[in-house]
Amino acid sequence: MKKVIEIVDEIDTAKVYAELSDANSGGICVFVGAVREFTNNEEVVALEFETYKTMALKEMEKIADTAMQKWSLNKVVMRHAVGEKGVEEPVVVVGASSAHRDACFEACRYLIDTLKETVPIWKKEKFKNKTVWVSAHP
Amino acid sequence: MNVLFFGITKDIVGGSEISISDVAKPLNVAELKKRLIDSYPEFSKLNSLAVAVNSEYADDSVILTGNEEIAIIPPVSGG
Repeated sequence: MKKVIEIVDEIDTAKVYAELSDANSGGICVFVGAVREFTNNEEVVALEFETYKTMALKEMEKIADTAMQKWSLNKVVMRHAVGEKGVEEPVVVVGASSAHRDACFEACRYLIDTLKETVPIWKKEKFKNKTVWVSAHP
Repeated sequence: MNVLFFGITKDIVGGSEISISDVAKPLNVAELKKRLIDSYPEFSKLNSLAVAVNSEYADDSVILTGNEEIAIIPPVSGG
């Protein structure tokens, strides 16, 4: 399959190489987003993700299709996790494979940057004594 | 007219779906947003407030009859 677009409960980062590997691809580029322990010097206990799944999958499809066309990619993976994730757990994996490396490097950056701008997924930071919806307020 | 809420807007309205009956239909997206901000002033403090109609972003002029799947999209923060 050329495109893998998924919202999952748990991300298995070991799968992505096989999903992107391709006889015509000399380059494979992958970005993994994970939970960081500190935000503005405050200790994060966990992040909780929720999504509007039907719309999120549609928006991810659009991003993948645009990237495949723009950079002539052979394969694309976009996978995001939902639910509660602890420090160091992966929450998002995007990747692309292409004949040469420039295309997959640029495409990978586009995939994650655009996902963060348009895909309806929300993240709540859980600190020891409060929770905050990220980016909700100025 | 049923409206779905996610993220912080779900906390503001206290549920993931509410039914709005006291509006004259049809109305457009801008009018729905105004109606929500009037009822829930917290909405006006958000960085942005988008509306999705049948799981696609909809601009302010889109007309709603009440038969669509309508969702309120607060600032997204995936990744």
